Amino acid sequence: MSVLVDGDTRVLVQGITGHQGTVHTVQMLKFGSKVVAGATPGKGGSVVEGVPVFDSVEEAVARTGANATCIFVPAPFAKDALLEAVDAGIRLAVIVTEHIPFHDMLVMFHYARMKGARIIGPNCPGIAAPGQAKVGIIPNVVFRPGRVGVISRSGTLTYEIVSGIKEIGLGQSTCIGLGGDPVVGTSFVDALPLFEEDPETDALVVVGEIGGSAEEEAAEYIRTHLSKPVVAYIAGHSAPPGKRMGHAGAIIARGRGTAQSKVSALEAAGAQVARFPYEIPSLVRDALAARHAK
Amino acid sequence: MVKLAEWRGKEIFRRYGIALPRGRVVRSPEEALSLTESGDIPLPCVVKAQVLAGGRGKGGAVRFASSPAEAAEAARGILGMEFHGETVKELLLEEKLPIARELYLSLTLDRSARLPLLIASAHGGVEIESVAESDLLRLPIHPFAGLSSYEKRRVLRTLGLSGSTAKSVDGMLDRLWRAFQHEDAELIEVNPLAVVGEGVVALDAKVIIEDDATFRHPEYADIRDDRTPLEEVAREKGIAFVQLDGDIGVIANGAGLTMATLDVLQQFGGRPGVFLDLGGTDDPAKVTEAFLLMARAKPSAVFLNIFGGVTRCDTVARGLAAAIAQVPPAERFPLVARIRGNNEEEGIAILREAGITSLHELQESAQAAVAASKGARP
Repeated sequence: MSVLVDGDTRVLVQGITGHQGTVHTVQMLKFGSKVVAGATPGKGGSVVEGVPVFDSVEEAVARTGANATCIFVPAPFAKDALLEAVDAGIRLAVIVTEHIPFHDMLVMFHYARMKGARIIGPNCPGIAAPGQAKVGIIPNVVFRPGRVGVISRSGTLTYEIVSGIKEIGLGQSTCIGLGGDPVVGTSFVDALPLFEEDPETDALVVVGEIGGSAEEEAAEYIRTHLSKPVVAYIAGHSAPPGKRMGHAGAIIARGRGTAQSKVSALEAAGAQVARFPYEIPSLVRDALAARHAK
Repeated sequence: MVKLAEWRGKEIFRRYGIALPRGRVVRSPEEALSLTESGDIPLPCVVKAQVLAGGRGKGGAVRFASSPAEAAEAARGILGMEFHGETVKELLLEEKLPIARELYLSLTLDRSARLPLLIASAHGGVEIESVAESDLLRLPIHPFAGLSSYEKRRVLRTLGLSGSTAKSVDGMLDRLWRAFQHEDAELIEVNPLAVVGEGVVALDAKVIIEDDATFRHPEYADIRDDRTPLEEVAREKGIAFVQLDGDIGVIANGAGLTMATLDVLQQFGGRPGVFLDLGGTDDPAKVTEAFLLMARAKPSAVFLNIFGGVTRCDTVARGLAAAIAQVPPAERFPLVARIRGNNEEEGIAILREAGITSLHELQESAQAAVAASKGARP
C-alpha cells in the first residue's frame, strides 16, 4: 500500500513531446512507473522513449487504460489539458507546469472536484512511492522504500529533506510535493488523512513555507485527527514582509503567514518542529523509535 | 504581482464603466495650473501622489486646493517628494466631491477555500484591517456561478443602501467582478467607495494584476513594479532575484530551498543581501548570466546551494565555471558551493577543475559562507 499511486498506476504524460516531458518520462520509467501513453495534439502516432503518443487524452485512455496524468504543457494551455484529462476519466492529475494564472486554476480545481478527480500541483514536483510508482519530477536518487510519509509545499527543499532521511538509513512510504502556488489542487489538510489511513506510513514529515494559512490549517487537523507522529519544518524565518520569495504563494502579506505563526500552531498541535532542514532526519528517527516503543 | 498606481487602476475602472471623479494625471505644477484654470478639473480639487505605498493622506501626499494657484502649489509640494522610498513623479488631479458616506468593497482570493472573496463594509475610508470583523461581510464567490443577485442583495444590506444608491452599487458590483476576472486581478479594492448624491463613485483604486497572466495581458508586462534596477534586469532574463538588506549573495534553486538557505545563513550570523532563484533550467548560459548578475550586486561572498532535479548539477557547474572566467580578478568575491542531487559527481568534478570545492553538508557550507563574508578565505 501507498498513497494515491501504486503498482497499478498507469501514467499518461501530457506534453510528452516537449523537452521536459521527454526527460521526465525517461526518469519515471527508470523509477519503475508504468508510463503507458503520451498525449500531444497533432503528434499522434509518434513514439517517445518507447511510449506511444496519441492526439487526444480520450484516445490514450481508451487504448492504454491510463489512469493518472502528468502534465507538462505550457501555462497558457494547462487549463485545457487538465479539463481534457478529467473529461476522459482520469482521476489523478499531477501538474508540473509553473506560472498558471490562479484564475485558471480556480476553474481547474472546481471542475476536477465536481467530477471526482484530484489535482496535485500546479508548479509541483509530484508524487512518488518508492518501489511502486512516480508521477512527476522528483529525482530518483533521493528515494529508498520505507515508512516515512512526506508532504511538502516546496520542490528542491523536499529533495534535500527526503535525501537526508535516506542518508540516515530510513526510507519513504510516499512523498507528495503539493506546489507553492496560491491555489493548489491538494493541500496539507487534503493529504494528511491519506497518510493517516495508510498502513505503510508510521511517521510524517510536513514541510511548509511562509505565506497563506495552509500550515495553520494542517496544524488544526493534526491536533484533532492525526495519531501518527509529525515532524515539521517551515522555510522563510528570515523573509522580510512584503517581499515575494520566489513562489507566488511565499509572501508575508499584512503580517499574516509568518513562519512564527506556523511554527507555534504546529507545536501546539504536538508536532516536532525542526528549526533547520538538517535537524529533520534525527527528529524522524526519534519519533519512529518513540512510536515503536509504545 | 503587478501593483498598479491609482490612476492606472482607475483607467481599468473607466473601461468597465465604474463611476469615477473627473481627473487627470499631471507631471508638473504648470499642468495643474492650466487644467484648473481651464475648468477641465473643477475646483475645489484634490492633488494625490501616484505612489504604491498606502497612508498617503496622513503622509502629506494628498492635498486639497480651491484655486488654480493652490493646485499648482500643492503639485509643487508633492512632486519630487520621497514617500516610503518612492519618488513622486506623477500626480492625480481630481475634482473634490461632496461625500455623504464612505464604504468599502474589494475582491481578492481566498486561498484556503480556493474561491474569489468579496469583502464589503459600511465603514470605508479607513484601513480595512482596523475594521471590526463583525462589521465586514466576507462573501466567497463560486467561479462557475459568478456573483448572484441574492449575493448582491446581501452586500447592499451590509452597506445599508436602498433606492437608487443601491441600484448603482448593484451595477458596480457586476463591473468589479468582471474586471477582477477578465483582467486577471489578484486584488481590486475600492476604498473609499463614496456615496455622492444618489449615486456612488470610486474615490480610490487599488489594483494588483497577477504576473502569471501577462501572457494574455501584455499591456501589464512592462509596468514598473516596486523592483530595484537589478531586480528589473533579472526579471527580463527570467531569473527570480530579490535584494535584501545584507551582504551575502545566495544562489539556489527553488523558493523553499532558497528560503531555507537564507534561514540557515542568518542562524550563523550572516546577513543575506541578494538572493537569486535559478528555478528549473538546463541551460548553462542562464546560470552564467545569473552569476554575472549576482556579481553586479557586489556581494561580500556568495553561497551557491543547489539540489539538482530539473536543474542538473553539471549544468550549474558548467555555467558557473564559465561565469567565473568572465569576472575580472579585481572584482572576484569568495564563493562557497554546495551542489547535490542529479548528476552530482559530474558537477563536483567540473567545479574542482575550476578551482572550487563543493561542500556536502548544508550546515558546514553555510558556516563557511558566513566566515567568508567576514573576510575569512573559503
